[in-house]
Amino acid sequence: MISIRNLSKSYGSVPAVEGISLEVPRAQILGLLGPNGAGKSTTLRIITGYLKPTSGEVLVKGRDAASDPLGVKSLIGYLPESAPLYGEMLVFDYLDYIAGLRGLEGEKKLPEIRRLGRLCGIFPVMHKPINALSKGYRQRVGLAQAMMNDPEILILDEPTSGLDPNQILEIRRIIREIGKQKTIIFSTHILSEAEAVCDRVVIINKGRIAADGPADSLQSSLKAEQTLHLCLKAKTAEEVERALKPIPGVLSFEASASGDLFRARIQSASDIREELYRCIRAQDWILLEFSQEKKSLETIFAELTQGE
Amino acid sequence: MSQSKTKIIFLREFSTFFSSPGPYIIIALYLMVTGWFFFSTFFLYQRSDLRNFFNMMPVIFSLTIPAVTMRLFSEEYRSGSYEILGTQPVTVLNILLGKSLSALALTAFMLIPTLSYPVIVSFLGDLDWGPVAGGYLAALFLSASYIAIGVFFSSTTKNQIVAFILSAVACLFLSLIHQMLVIIPPGTAAVIQAVSAGYHFDSISRGIVDSRDILYFLSLTYLFLHAAWIVNKEYR
Repeated sequence: MISIRNLSKSYGSVPAVEGISLEVPRAQILGLLGPNGAGKSTTLRIITGYLKPTSGEVLVKGRDAASDPLGVKSLIGYLPESAPLYGEMLVFDYLDYIAGLRGLEGEKKLPEIRRLGRLCGIFPVMHKPINALSKGYRQRVGLAQAMMNDPEILILDEPTSGLDPNQILEIRRIIREIGKQKTIIFSTHILSEAEAVCDRVVIINKGRIAADGPADSLQSSLKAEQTLHLCLKAKTAEEVERALKPIPGVLSFEASASGDLFRARIQSASDIREELYRCIRAQDWILLEFSQEKKSLETIFAELTQGE
Repeated sequence: MSQSKTKIIFLREFSTFFSSPGPYIIIALYLMVTGWFFFSTFFLYQRSDLRNFFNMMPVIFSLTIPAVTMRLFSEEYRSGSYEILGTQPVTVLNILLGKSLSALALTAFMLIPTLSYPVIVSFLGDLDWGPVAGGYLAALFLSASYIAIGVFFSSTTKNQIVAFILSAVACLFLSLIHQMLVIIPPGTAAVIQAVSAGYHFDSISRGIVDSRDILYFLSLTYLFLHAAWIVNKEYR
C-alpha cells in the first residue's frame, strides 16, 4: 500500500530523517514509536505529501507525491499533531468545508458527516465553535476530518497526546475499529499504546529505524535482563540478603530497611521469578509486594541504541 | 472540479473575515479616514470631482490591504491548520486563488459605502461620471496587485506583523516612487514611472483606460502570485 524507500529529510543542515525504508501492506495498523525529535512527525508529513523529502521516495499505491500530488492526497486522510482546526468555525461548518475539499458534493455531504459524527461521537458538539471544545472533542473532530470521504490510508500524528485516560481509550477504540479495513499509520511515544492498538511497531530513533516487528514480539526481542521489586517482612536484612543473593542469575541486589519492612531491588540476567518465589516461600517471611519493572520506552531506547 | 474547490476555499476565507474583529476595524478606519480627508478639503477646492478621494487611494490601500492579507497564510502556518489544508486534494493554485479572491471581495465590499461620495457630489455640482468609473476600475486593479503582494509576503512567514510590515513597505514604495522624481537622476524618470503603481493608477483614475496601465497591474498581480506559488511549492 505504502512503500517508503530510503527516505531522508534535512532542515537546513540538520538531519531529521536519515534513510528510512518501510513497506506497509493494506489493512495494517502501524505504530511509529519514538522519543520527541526522533523524526516521527517529519516522516508522517512526507508520506502525506505536505513536506518534500530531501532524498528517497514514498509511493502510495504506486503513486509518487511529487508527480501526482492530488492522487496521493485524495488517498490519504491526515490528522496533524494537536489537531490544528479552524477555531472560529462551527464543527458542522468545518466538516462541511472539508467534505467539499475532499470532493463530496451536494446531498452526498450530509450522510457522510452523519456517519463520521456517529463513529467519532461528536453529535453533541456539531453546533459549537471549535474553539469552545475540550481537547478530547477537538481531537475527535480532527479524526472525523481525517476520515472524510473514506480515504484508504489514515495518518495520525500523536492522536492521543494530551487526552485524559477515558478519552485515550475512546480514540484507541475508534482507531482499532477503522483499522479493520484501512491502513493506518500513527505515531506515539507511549509504548503500551502501540502494544494495545498496533499490528506492527516501528521504533524510530535519531531519524533511523531502530526496531521493526509485531507489537508483542517487541518486548521479547530485547535483552532478557530484568528488574524485580520486592517488599517483605523479615527479621533481619542480612537474613534476606543471605537467602536471595546466591540465586543463580542475580546481577545486583539493593535492599533498604525500615523497621521489619525490607525493600529490595534485584536485577537479573534471566527470568528468576519462580526461583525467587520458592526461596521466599521456604522462609518464615511475609511477602507484601512482588513486581516486575515494566520496560519503559527510555530503557528500550537505551538498549536499542547501546551498540552505537 | 478544480474551479469549485477554489470557490469552496474562497467562501470559507471570505466568511472568516466577518468572524473576527480585525476586518471590521480596518473597514471602519478606512471609511473614517477617506471620508474625513475627502470632505474636509472638498469645499475649499470648489470642484465637483473625486480627484482627491482617488489621489490618496494608493497610499491608503498600502496600509489597509496588507492588514487584510497578512493573516491569510501566516496565521495558518502559525496555528498549523495549513497542514490540513495543504494535504487536502486541492492544488496550490486553488488555495492561492481562493485566498486572494476573498481579499479582493473584502476590498470591493469596503469600497461599496464610498459609492455614496460621488452620489453626494453629483447633488452638489455637475459631476463627470467618466473619471469616477475609471477611478473605481483602477481601484480594483490596484487592490488586486497589492493583494498579490500581501499574499506573497504572508506566504513567506508565520509572523503576521512581519508579513504586514514587508507588504506595506513594498506597496508604499510602489505608490510613492513616482512622486520622488526630484531626487532621482533625470534619465531614469521614465523607468521609475513605468514601475510605479501610483503613476499607472493616476492615469486610469483620470478616466483614460490605457491597455498599458491595465497590463501593468495584471503583470504585477501575476508576478507576486507566481512568487507565492513557488514559495508554497518549493520551500517545504
